[in-house]
Amino acid sequence: MKENKSVLRIHRVTILGKRYESAQVQAAVVLLLPTLVAIILLFIAPVVQVVAYSFTNYNLTTGMKSYNGLANYEYLFTDDRFFKAIRNTFSFAALKLVIDTSLALAIALMLDSAIPLKKYLRSAYFAPVVVPVVASSLIWIWFFDPGIGPFNQILTALGLPTSQWLYHESTALLSILMFSIWKGLGYNVVLFLAGLQNIPNSYIEAAQVDGAKPHQVLFMIKLPLLRPIISFVLMIGIINTFKVFAEVNVMTPKGGPLYSTALMVNYIYDTAFTSGKMGRACSASIILFIIIFVLTLVQTKLDARKSISLE
Amino acid sequence: MAKKIKRTSIPIFLILLFGSLAMIFPFVWMFLSAFKTVPDVYAYPPRWLPSSWEFANYVKVFQMIPFGRYYFNSIFTSTVQTALQLVLSVTAAYALVVLEFPGKKFLYSLIRSTMFVPIVVTLIPLYLMVSKAKMIDTYAGIILPQVFAAFTIFLLVSFFSTIPSVLFDSAKLDGCGYYRILKEVVIPNSKSPISTAMLFSFLGHWKSYTWPLIVTNKATYRTLPIGMKYLVQESSSEYQIMMAASVMAILPVLIVYLFFEKQLVKSITLTGLKA
Repeated sequence: MKENKSVLRIHRVTILGKRYESAQVQAAVVLLLPTLVAIILLFIAPVVQVVAYSFTNYNLTTGMKSYNGLANYEYLFTDDRFFKAIRNTFSFAALKLVIDTSLALAIALMLDSAIPLKKYLRSAYFAPVVVPVVASSLIWIWFFDPGIGPFNQILTALGLPTSQWLYHESTALLSILMFSIWKGLGYNVVLFLAGLQNIPNSYIEAAQVDGAKPHQVLFMIKLPLLRPIISFVLMIGIINTFKVFAEVNVMTPKGGPLYSTALMVNYIYDTAFTSGKMGRACSASIILFIIIFVLTLVQTKLDARKSISLE
Repeated sequence: MAKKIKRTSIPIFLILLFGSLAMIFPFVWMFLSAFKTVPDVYAYPPRWLPSSWEFANYVKVFQMIPFGRYYFNSIFTSTVQTALQLVLSVTAAYALVVLEFPGKKFLYSLIRSTMFVPIVVTLIPLYLMVSKAKMIDTYAGIILPQVFAAFTIFLLVSFFSTIPSVLFDSAKLDGCGYYRILKEVVIPNSKSPISTAMLFSFLGHWKSYTWPLIVTNKATYRTLPIGMKYLVQESSSEYQIMMAASVMAILPVLIVYLFFEKQLVKSITLTGLKA
């Protein structure tokens, strides 16, 4: 019979003690080769090179490129601008994670109740997420204009003191933070909302039958069940805030007043592409990578511990 | 609305409504202001509506910067990037889901690990590589380093895994080879996940900033986001012109969003990927 024949025709090969169908192995090689080449060229080779360059004085403007040991790292640890960039990044990330996560959680919890216009509301909160960073930064540059920006005009109309927004050392990074929260909030709202909608109604009804108050339902049922999503949001949030670059580069191209808005990626960009110091920039990006990696690790460890203590 | 709205929900609704107005206010401001005249922009108290609907701002965008060229560059590079990224992702996801081959687990975690390498880490070596290949200020230089993304592979892996294996088995019994299974079983059965992946990668490339910024020096090859960054410097606070440019960059994305919102939101919640 036809069916039996095609089964009989299967060729098999043994690789590392396991049997595979040779047609499958062959197809896999062909289909995965482009991906493998892309990973090697776009990830593995650059990662190896970034480490290697970080121990050189590779300079695009002078053309130098020789081994200089840990000199780049030593320089960075004494560079005020680098420390400023690290400090800026940490305060930006901390504020953004706290405000963003709690605000998004609050909005999601409110959206998860019986209210009219739910669809419109969700779309409105999510819309800023999909629009390009640069185009929306342009709107906010105007908002922040100390003279003819709507923010100051509204403050003046209300009789409140105005602000220099992007143009003063103490408010520049906070202004970018405001933009950044507006831009990213909806992403977390959508994730939290999906988590809340996954909680079986029977849990909540059972608790209500047992006489649980709304705040008890929130703290004893909803939040514990949202834990995995909260921790996911935090992890993605850490990684993404440490990668922030575009909005800072567009709104304050030179790192803002007294370098007050420069984040780590901006420092790396300036060092590499404005000053041409490739070696030093590579060292800085390795430090950034280590920071992101450690934070992610700490976050996952803390999370694992808490979920064990819950059981 | 069949559901009864509880009285306690009213304050919640009002808070959310107020918040949502704050969220869309920047867009409303942008659309209205793109038609404003210079006196409107400088008016105090601020004028919400333009005094006359001035289309000249849109024309001026094209006069001040090669906006048409930027637009074309963005459409062209985003389209090619999306196409290449999809070819890579569909073939890789299919192989990872359907085929058995040595090193599968290793490759899977290799692809996963690329998600933890921020672009800033690979940026400088990639730039030096592209510059050695004489591809600065070329389309190839913009496109090629951005054709791989783990997220579309995982998005498709999660969808392909839901195709019943009976379909693969019966195709095999009919004498289909593994390439034909991909072409005739997997792709026709995954039109919606593939178009979702397409949408995501196009939107991602459309707003891509860091890579096109460093790999273009000449205005001829700038994409829209890069061109608009320079518009800020060149237009010196001519906000009405900046808004007209923003409208043209944002409008297509907002329209796409309104049409495909359900798909976008669903995929985000499924995979946690970034819009």
